[in-house]
Amino acid sequence: MNAVFKITLSILILGWASGFGSFSKPSSGGVFTSDTIFNFGRLATPADIQRWDIDIRPDGKGLPKGSGTAQKGKSIFAQKCAACHGVTGVEGPNDRLVSTDSSQGKAIGNYWPYATTVFDYIRRAMPFNQPGTLTDEEVYSLTAFLLEANRVIKPGTELNAQTLPAVQMPALKRYILDDRRGGPIIR
Amino acid sequence: MKVIPGEKPTLLQTKVSRRKLLGGAAAAAVVLAEAPFASAVQAAVTQAELTDPTKIPGVPPGQVGTRSAFEKLVKKPSDISSRTPLQDLFGTITPSDLHFERNHNGVPAIDPAKHELVIHGMVEKSLVLTLADLKRFPSVSRICFLECSGNFRSGSEKLSPQDICGLTSQSEWTGVMLSTIFRQVGVNPKATWFLAEGSDAAVMTRSIPIQKGWDDAMIVYAQNGEAIRPEQGYPFRLFLPGYEGNMSIKWLRRIELSDAPYMTREETSKYTEPVKDGKIRYFSFDIDARSIITFPAYPAQVQKGWIEIRGIAWSGRGKVQQVEISTDAGKSWNPAQLSGPVLDKAHTGFRYLWQWDGRETEIQSRVTDETGYQQPTYKALAAARGSKGGYHFNPITGWVLKPDGRVLLRNG
Repeated sequence: MNAVFKITLSILILGWASGFGSFSKPSSGGVFTSDTIFNFGRLATPADIQRWDIDIRPDGKGLPKGSGTAQKGKSIFAQKCAACHGVTGVEGPNDRLVSTDSSQGKAIGNYWPYATTVFDYIRRAMPFNQPGTLTDEEVYSLTAFLLEANRVIKPGTELNAQTLPAVQMPALKRYILDDRRGGPIIR
Repeated sequence: MKVIPGEKPTLLQTKVSRRKLLGGAAAAAVVLAEAPFASAVQAAVTQAELTDPTKIPGVPPGQVGTRSAFEKLVKKPSDISSRTPLQDLFGTITPSDLHFERNHNGVPAIDPAKHELVIHGMVEKSLVLTLADLKRFPSVSRICFLECSGNFRSGSEKLSPQDICGLTSQSEWTGVMLSTIFRQVGVNPKATWFLAEGSDAAVMTRSIPIQKGWDDAMIVYAQNGEAIRPEQGYPFRLFLPGYEGNMSIKWLRRIELSDAPYMTREETSKYTEPVKDGKIRYFSFDIDARSIITFPAYPAQVQKGWIEIRGIAWSGRGKVQQVEISTDAGKSWNPAQLSGPVLDKAHTGFRYLWQWDGRETEIQSRVTDETGYQQPTYKALAAARGSKGGYHFNPITGWVLKPDGRVLLRNG
């Protein structure tokens, strides 16, 4: 980014923030230029972002305060999850969650590469018929219950924003990036 | 009358069933009964008059057009998806109400006046945009296919194109380029990924390389000339030309720019494919080139003599370069004619005129895209992957023509 462009960009953004006028550049033929700033919409407030910013990255970015254990998770699982996933996370009728054997479908223990994903997905989408109703403590406990059942963490491990990203998943070593870019090879 | 399992017959279907009982000639009367002023008209007509449409005034103009009651176009739903009836369509645009669906926890009901899109993360200015805001930006329209990566079925000779690969459809999509929005927020040059999140009960999320956002990603609010359907993400969705369908997040509510992917459940435990040596391939974004003959195909019944073999071909990596047809089970191949325009990342029609001698044979199509990739046989693909299905499985489809005119899927 050259200096002139930087200055131009700053002026444009300043103009936006202060809410005056349009900065659309005049152009021949009524075509907008790639750096046209339209000033449409409104600036997001911290509250606008916080209401929805629930994602968790493998490095732990986004994990909330709180903690949980498998012991607490067991009763929550029995109450809110077992009807779909089976009493021990194996029986179904829906997705099998527990397996340490790589031949047994896509369970957490044999297929999921990151432990943070378990937390993120339970919190955003589970239980299926009441998504988004679990507290952070409940989600930590359910995550601990499932990781322990898959023998990924030692019994009694407390999961929190520090310990969860440190969990090493057995399936991670199986993951390879798609490097196909077209051409005649079939892979 | 074919009624979709698990669904109550609609008023129209109920009436159509009654029509069948009355016999074909009564059809016009029932259709008229659905139009304004119709009851009086219906009462006045006799069976004899109904056989001749020139002897009775037709239905007056209406507010919304409808399909002929003689046409039975339906998607084929399961709990999680619903398939486009490829064998019943012509040309390359999928009627919007027949576009395939794949939802991860149902179709949400969203009031556009209350729906917002937040763009934040590694940007200079976080923004909130509404549908009205998005429509003010310069608009772009583009014809593209959208395909679910889990679009392969086999296992019975009585499978139609809809059953085998009905999770692909094509529309003209209209919206704003994501690059235009990126410029509004001032993307930090260190951002390498962005997260897209939906406003459905799955709060569906995918991580997308930022380059796709600059290249050709769109936020679309219209499909085939009108607002996109709720099943397609109303009031607006992300649209990523050529990428596996689930990444084009529907009911889009949030975009976060980041310097790393999020490894969401969908991009790790779901939309990945086991390949050879126990490995799991991930971030398989591009849809591999594929073609399918949609006529003649099960459940069509054909006669010997001239047959125009028709179908569609497409590639997520660019344009279709060539489609070839075999009428001898893959021993020899001849080029089909492409029905232009041949568009980038779009279903492209093909046709091949052929004289069938009535003896049992198998017809196949295979596509080559502009990268030089050629659609593989089932055997070659299964051997290369070490699997017999799964995501991004795009083998050549063969149809066996039986001497009695039946057309059946060849499996394997």
